[in-house]
Amino acid sequence: MKIKAQMAMVINLDKCLGCHTCSITCKNTWTNRSGLEYAWFNNVETKPGVGYPREWERQEKYKGGWVLKSKGKLELRAGNRLSKLLNIFYNPDLADIDDYYEPWTYDYKALTQSPEKKHQPVARPHSLLTGDPLELKWGPNWEDDLAGAPETGKKDSNLRSLEEKVRLTFEEVFMFHLPRLCEHCLNPACVASCPSGAIYKRDEDGIVLVDQDACRGWRFCMSGCPYKKVYFNWQTRKAEKCTLCFPRLEAGLPTVCSETCSGRVRYVGVLLYDADRVQVAASPVSERELYKNQLQLFLDPYDPEVLAQARRDGLDEDWLAAAQRSPVYKLAVEFGLALPLHPEYRTLPMVWYIPPLSPMMQVVNSGQTEAESGEFFAAIERMRTPIEYLANLLTAGDTETVADVFKKMVLLRQYMRSKNLLGQDVPVEDNPWGLNGAALQEMYALLALAKYRDRFVIPNAHKEKAGDLYERQGMTGYDPA
Amino acid sequence: MQKKRSPLLKKLRFFKAGEKLSGSWTEVTPQDRGWEDFYRARWQHDKVVRTTHGVNCTGSCSWRVFVKNGIIAWENQATDYPTTGPDLPEYEPRGCPRGASFSWYSYSPLRVKYPYIRGALLRFWREAIEAAKNPVLAWKSIVEDPEKAKTYKALRGKGGLVRASWEEVKEIISAMLIYTIQTYGPDRLAGFTPIPAMSMVSYAAGSRFLSLLGSPMLSFYDWYADLPPASPQVWGDQTDVPESGDWYNAGYIIMWGSNVPLTRTPDAHFMTEVRYKGTKVISISPDYAESVRFADHWLAVNPGTDGALAQAMTHVILKEFYVEEKTEYFLDYARKYTDMPHLLLLERRGESYTAGRYLRASDLGLPLEKAEWKTVVLDQATGEFRIPNGSIGHRWEGKGTWNLKPEDEEGVPCHPLLTLLGTEDGVVPIELPYFAEGNQAVLSRSVPVKRLERKGKTVYITTVYDLMLANYGIDRGLPGEYPRDYDDPLPYTPAWQERYTGVKGSLALQIAREFARNAADTRGRSMIIMGAGINHWYQADTIYRTILNLVLLTGCEGVNGGGWAHYVGQEKVRPMEGWQTVAFARDWSLPPRLQNATSFYYFATDQWRYEELPMSELSAPTSRGATYLHPADYNALAVRLGWLPSYPQFNRNPLALAQEAQKAGASTNEEVVSYLVKALKTKTLEFAVEDPDNPLNFPKGLFVWRANLISSSGKGHEYFLKHLLGTSHGLLGNDREKLRTEEIKWHDEAPEGKLDLLVNLEFRMSGTALYSDIVLPAATWYEKHDLSSTDMHPFVHPFNPAIAPPWEAKTDWDIFKSLAERFSEMARTYLPGLSKDIVMVPLMHDSPDELAQPFGQVRDWRAGETEAVPGRTMPKFTIVERNYPQIYEKFTALGPLLEKNPLGAHGISFPAQEQYEELKRINGVVKGTGAGSGCPSLADGRQAAKAILALSSATNGRLAVKAWRAEEEKTGVSLQDIAASQAGNRLTFDSITAQPGQAISSPIFSGNTEGNRRYSPFTTNIERLVPFRTLTGRQHFYADHEIMLEFGEGLPVFKPALPNRAFTGGDQFSGEGKKTIELRYLTPHGKWNIHSMYGDSQIMQTLFRGGPNIWLNDRDAAEIEVKDNDWVEVFNRNGVVVARAVVSHRMPQGTTYMYHAQDKTLNTPGSRLTGERAGTHNSPTRIHLKPTHVIGGYAQFSYGFNYYGPTGNQRDLTVLIAKLGEVSWLED
Repeated sequence: MKIKAQMAMVINLDKCLGCHTCSITCKNTWTNRSGLEYAWFNNVETKPGVGYPREWERQEKYKGGWVLKSKGKLELRAGNRLSKLLNIFYNPDLADIDDYYEPWTYDYKALTQSPEKKHQPVARPHSLLTGDPLELKWGPNWEDDLAGAPETGKKDSNLRSLEEKVRLTFEEVFMFHLPRLCEHCLNPACVASCPSGAIYKRDEDGIVLVDQDACRGWRFCMSGCPYKKVYFNWQTRKAEKCTLCFPRLEAGLPTVCSETCSGRVRYVGVLLYDADRVQVAASPVSERELYKNQLQLFLDPYDPEVLAQARRDGLDEDWLAAAQRSPVYKLAVEFGLALPLHPEYRTLPMVWYIPPLSPMMQVVNSGQTEAESGEFFAAIERMRTPIEYLANLLTAGDTETVADVFKKMVLLRQYMRSKNLLGQDVPVEDNPWGLNGAALQEMYALLALAKYRDRFVIPNAHKEKAGDLYERQGMTGYDPA
Repeated sequence: MQKKRSPLLKKLRFFKAGEKLSGSWTEVTPQDRGWEDFYRARWQHDKVVRTTHGVNCTGSCSWRVFVKNGIIAWENQATDYPTTGPDLPEYEPRGCPRGASFSWYSYSPLRVKYPYIRGALLRFWREAIEAAKNPVLAWKSIVEDPEKAKTYKALRGKGGLVRASWEEVKEIISAMLIYTIQTYGPDRLAGFTPIPAMSMVSYAAGSRFLSLLGSPMLSFYDWYADLPPASPQVWGDQTDVPESGDWYNAGYIIMWGSNVPLTRTPDAHFMTEVRYKGTKVISISPDYAESVRFADHWLAVNPGTDGALAQAMTHVILKEFYVEEKTEYFLDYARKYTDMPHLLLLERRGESYTAGRYLRASDLGLPLEKAEWKTVVLDQATGEFRIPNGSIGHRWEGKGTWNLKPEDEEGVPCHPLLTLLGTEDGVVPIELPYFAEGNQAVLSRSVPVKRLERKGKTVYITTVYDLMLANYGIDRGLPGEYPRDYDDPLPYTPAWQERYTGVKGSLALQIAREFARNAADTRGRSMIIMGAGINHWYQADTIYRTILNLVLLTGCEGVNGGGWAHYVGQEKVRPMEGWQTVAFARDWSLPPRLQNATSFYYFATDQWRYEELPMSELSAPTSRGATYLHPADYNALAVRLGWLPSYPQFNRNPLALAQEAQKAGASTNEEVVSYLVKALKTKTLEFAVEDPDNPLNFPKGLFVWRANLISSSGKGHEYFLKHLLGTSHGLLGNDREKLRTEEIKWHDEAPEGKLDLLVNLEFRMSGTALYSDIVLPAATWYEKHDLSSTDMHPFVHPFNPAIAPPWEAKTDWDIFKSLAERFSEMARTYLPGLSKDIVMVPLMHDSPDELAQPFGQVRDWRAGETEAVPGRTMPKFTIVERNYPQIYEKFTALGPLLEKNPLGAHGISFPAQEQYEELKRINGVVKGTGAGSGCPSLADGRQAAKAILALSSATNGRLAVKAWRAEEEKTGVSLQDIAASQAGNRLTFDSITAQPGQAISSPIFSGNTEGNRRYSPFTTNIERLVPFRTLTGRQHFYADHEIMLEFGEGLPVFKPALPNRAFTGGDQFSGEGKKTIELRYLTPHGKWNIHSMYGDSQIMQTLFRGGPNIWLNDRDAAEIEVKDNDWVEVFNRNGVVVARAVVSHRMPQGTTYMYHAQDKTLNTPGSRLTGERAGTHNSPTRIHLKPTHVIGGYAQFSYGFNYYGPTGNQRDLTVLIAKLGEVSWLED
């Protein structure tokens, strides 16, 4: 056993407003500059839809992530290092700029400095890459709130095998929003794809970074990442990606996207995992086992043996304390409410998602209403968003796991309603997960009250390990640029 | 990025080389990690400044602006709000994507950096000033030369703005002001800026300047159709709603026409989170809106039919919870806090009856003071008539009996009887107006009555409750046509509503039942969050009243976690008294001219000339019929009866009028007024509204700041362009075969270009800036001191400058201050000495004027129905002295009237000398010998903000205590304890900069927040027995004004949308053989803009479609062969807009959404139909003035600025949509 700490995130899609504040605060801080105009380290997609870049989930096209070879060994879907070296000047799997979008701005001077004209002046769009007038056909959020979805939505690969069941019509409409950022995977395909060894996973917190000094701009990380979360800076000609705001995390602050999330849907915390078992966990034959395998990697931060081993492996006490209070551990591991995005990519992603509830379908030709049937919160089978769809997104098709999450959420609502209305603790009925009143209360506090100190449990970096801080103290900031 | 590896950095490897993991795919780098400083350096910054955004979004969020290397780099939400306590989610972080992108504007190429002026006008000016050497004569020579005037006006909007110096533009503006004041009067100038709460000091800057001139400020809340007139109708209150944190106290929430995640982004989390507390959430929306995502049920109601759904839900609640099961909580609430037990007179109509006005103590011949204003109930115990405390007569007689104690003036207990059934003298048939299928039908039902002998005649009376049960078809075994059961499609059953709403009857029934059951179980914690989706209809007030039924009948209003939660516009100025003192220069003179904008723009843009729908098609079959066919005539009536304000006032300069009266021998102010009244009676003097197209009566100068009037809020955009501005337009209809007025003069040729000068203060080149004659560079929100508050949360936030205004920008305060300085200098030469200004104001809300016109009867002095008495049957006239050379001195000093006059609002007033003295020490006093010498200084925006905070009860605990004491005197109930614990609390500018501060409980608002309780309106009324500010002192189901009855709106009623079509007979239009589809046209608030703000920023445009767009259902799109992202032309007789189609199955068929306020400055091509630049989302719109909104001088139906008055509703319209084909950019 080799215990490591991983900074991880939970995103509660059941609360996500789809407002994109996260994308903007992230962009303003990190990618609001020439070379990365088209890059959104964090973006939000409307589902169903093909997303950004277009159809990023179609690995048969982009060849991202891992596949299990016949001998039970993992290999990059795009091929091994040798095949990469052969293709080093030509990467056939790259998404092109039109798949992201051609970034644009407007000729604003046409408004502020217009001469007298026959008609009202207008600022037209032009490309930020070429400066030429641009006919807008695609953008980073073109499908917002199902815009154009009757066309593009059909190409959403999560609808596979659901073509017969799901019709994209007004009567059966459903949607939800999916914020996406780098998954800071335990088994990152980008790291493995880099011919220069420029990408690394930080030892102390698991953050995956592209070394801007070492990157040679080969761009295999971009195609290797199945989430399409590595971007090419066309000015510096280097790859850049979400850094999980490490300069903030090191200071004990949450990421920008987390702190500025108006829906309060994001949680950041530490997970302890056994690094020796990563590869095994990523290599089951059946994709449906990936989620459970992944869960088993995480270690109980209250287990004395785990704590003893963690100390031996060099983890600091405040990190262990943070792991014990970790909202990510509670939501993903303890309560099993948060699920990984596309576990079948076998990268063991570290951003977890609580699936969204949705309104009931109208009862067709059935006189009976919920009120009459005695149900206050109706059965999950009647929710608009098909469970199969969510399973394709979050559990490699395992609908039971998704249904379980919903059942827990409905149980929580029922329990809290009785408590709220009757003003007293009512006994919880038997349930398969053994959730009692105290557990439900804790779940409620995390999901509903969601206080800042509970959403973000972030230990500080131990800079003293980096060198002689006595010397550094007076020098910091004078470093040569 | 190539980094030098210094020995120092070598040492600084942050963690050493690690081992390889996972079969060597995952590895910990062996390399130097010094490069990581690349990202660390980006994060590091100089300072963080607390400020907010001054945009009318209701957000009022606290933001931290990060300054790096002296540059505004980015912004994040603040997270340090005072806690809501351990059992509630916190307010952090409040903000949204729009706000998070604001820093883009600071340095963007769209920024207005210098003063600009229309080139043609500047050329004329320079020639004229050279020739005349006199700025006033120079201005005159331009605007009185028809050729010159037409030339520069026709160029509006077409580029050609040139840079000018501050000195030159201030001189031109001052010349315009002086010329207009001299020639036409100060009431020919106006200012438009909306929503003081979003940046109070900036609002006050211009309004203070204009008020000192005597020029009107135009309202916004009613004009935006954000005002819900149902609120004053039901509660006598403008709008009072719970803070969003109170949603978390609800047990059941219906989001009705309110897209909470999208338009209430910072607050939406309370809604998503309360679901985990077991609260059920329902969404009622025509489309699968973002709000629907979070709901348990979606009621996909047909647009505009919400009233039908609510009527059916009312039916269910009355039947199941009032009649079948007598829910004691509901019945008790109805008796105590609503008008349901109050008695109504019935009026005979053939063999049947209709409901008339409330019975009054005067009808019983009781010798009470103000007996005409005291309503009557029957006592449960004795069956006798009783006059309960709390009605409006008690309010204004000042005996301390204005309360809701269950007793009468003598202190005798009084428990009102709800229904007469069982003790009735008889049962009579009653006819109730019914509008679902036009305006000819009536419902024939019956009510139990008491008989009363009055003036020798037998009259019948019944209770509001009994009338309600008849109206809603609740069968109590009385004769008449009642539905058999819920499946019987008679009004107003669940089966009946299905026909109109498309919502399954069983679902409507279920939701009604659950909503009421939850309220009964939780004692009122059922809530309806309402919004613009239902408020922008012509019939919005009746729609609202049908929905308000649900929260009133279930005892939810005035209960934390329950009631009406309406959010349309950031209307709540928490520091109200201080703000309105500074804003309207009440510290120097009274009254200010405050004009309702809907009437102003209706006439100024000549939209009144294009009316087609006679009011006789909307009036009730149970009434005597419509008074007028043309809605504008109602407005003229309202002006002469003192109901509505109207500026310009007369066809005469009000300054000249005073001189004229003096010449005619009037020596005292009273004699001047008598002279004026006589002149009006003999028609030698006319109201300007009676001839709005006479050049004498045009508005001449208009200031617009903090607003994008022309593009964003100019409903009837093309009418603005044509008639007000005189430039190219896209109007497709005409005024030739339209309705004609009786009270208003018709000119065959409508004027074009009424306005001489449009001045805009802006920081971005918006549509309005583009169309203005002078654009002044304004500071952004990150560059000034100001204040912000909202109804969504209880905090008051500061604006603080992160940088100084760059280039030549100035804050709004400094712009108007420097304008005042230049104007005053010039006035010394051109407008010296004192002038007497006759100011006309209407009968005002929350004043004894509410008792002016008894019984809600319309008595027209012009028709000889009554005497013309100022302040009773007609407007009030006050003589105000103007000293134009002193404007600057007064602007910059807080005037001495504060020592003399009490402060107050909403009918409560209290002295503030102590605070005035204190302000002298806080702000320092003005030196020198000017008018403001020795007064507290208002030299800059920060001082203005400090004055506002010091002079308001919500921000100054000592004043709160005084205010509660004043309220105690009026009500005779004890209230002081509410603010006692907060007496020492002060929200100062520095304290709210350090951390957001929570407003103090004040009687200016109706909610009690003592003990960190969430704000919920009317909790003071319910718990402390303070009456509602209405006729009965209770919440009204019924309204008895004659004009309300004329339109059948005595009780809440379902009325469908207006029957407008895209084109009508009189309009010439050829479709040119294109495939078109006619769709209902709605303009809900969008996701990528707040009004037009943010809608022009690069980042917001990037996050959606990059230009104007319009949403269509896929089947509708297929019908006209339109694919996603095709250009389409959208048009009707009002105008044309061109946009990209957004095709989505989220949209219902038959309706199209063009999200609100997409300016036409970006990516907008030409229109094929007009050959001009295509319009804005407002091009196909036009306002519809509703006669019931003009009522005044009668209890809660009395005018208040932004309080009551016609709304600028623009929703009842359809458009044709066709594929555009070839796109023309009109680059010339």
